Amino acid sequence: MKITVRFFASYADELGRSTVELPLAEGGTVSDLMCCIAALPGAASLPPNPLVAVNQVYAPLTSILASGDEVAVIPPVAGG
Amino acid sequence: MRAALVRHSIDVSALLREAASPAHGATAIFVGTVRDVSEGRAVTGIDYSAYESMAEREITAIAAEAIDRYGCPAVLVEHRVGHLDIGDVSIAIVAAHERRAPAMDAMRYVIEEIKCRVPIWKQEQYADGTREWVNPTRGHAA
Repeated sequence: MKITVRFFASYADELGRSTVELPLAEGGTVSDLMCCIAALPGAASLPPNPLVAVNQVYAPLTSILASGDEVAVIPPVAGG
Repeated sequence: MRAALVRHSIDVSALLREAASPAHGATAIFVGTVRDVSEGRAVTGIDYSAYESMAEREITAIAAEAIDRYGCPAVLVEHRVGHLDIGDVSIAIVAAHERRAPAMDAMRYVIEEIKCRVPIWKQEQYADGTREWVNPTRGHAA
């Protein structure tokens, strides 16, 4: 299945892109997806367990993903 | 209740008018502005960006939580995105209640939760021409 991954702010700068579509085996989790992300160029500067949102809701590494999910890798927030 | 990301200047007086009601005895306002120094460095402006759909959803949820927790009949939040100059308003929160304590508690709750959980980022621009993403987890808090 395909998962759309979005990067923002400093993470988008470090990876040189704001979105990527990654293949993931059926039943794959956020943690599995993070392993795929870690192989992308520029990903070495990401922390090992960044905040992640699935379909705009914060999600743990154990969340099981479904085809078409949008996963956002979220840098430390700084609103206000 | 209303919570939104905006690209235009925030009009605090308009928010106060929007929240006004004869039933309110207290209205608490928080206004965040861009300051000219950060961690000892001269700042010339800030670019705010967001995961906009999620940020609006989170800010709306936070405003609803404040209403539930403190019983405020009116909570309004506007957070700006885009380029801001020194002194520009980046966020305004208005919380109104019959009494002052719930109004102030609700206002405080909203700003503290926004700082913890809403996917908004700011990149500071410095007088020396450099720029940097603000990372509060490195002790570089707003």
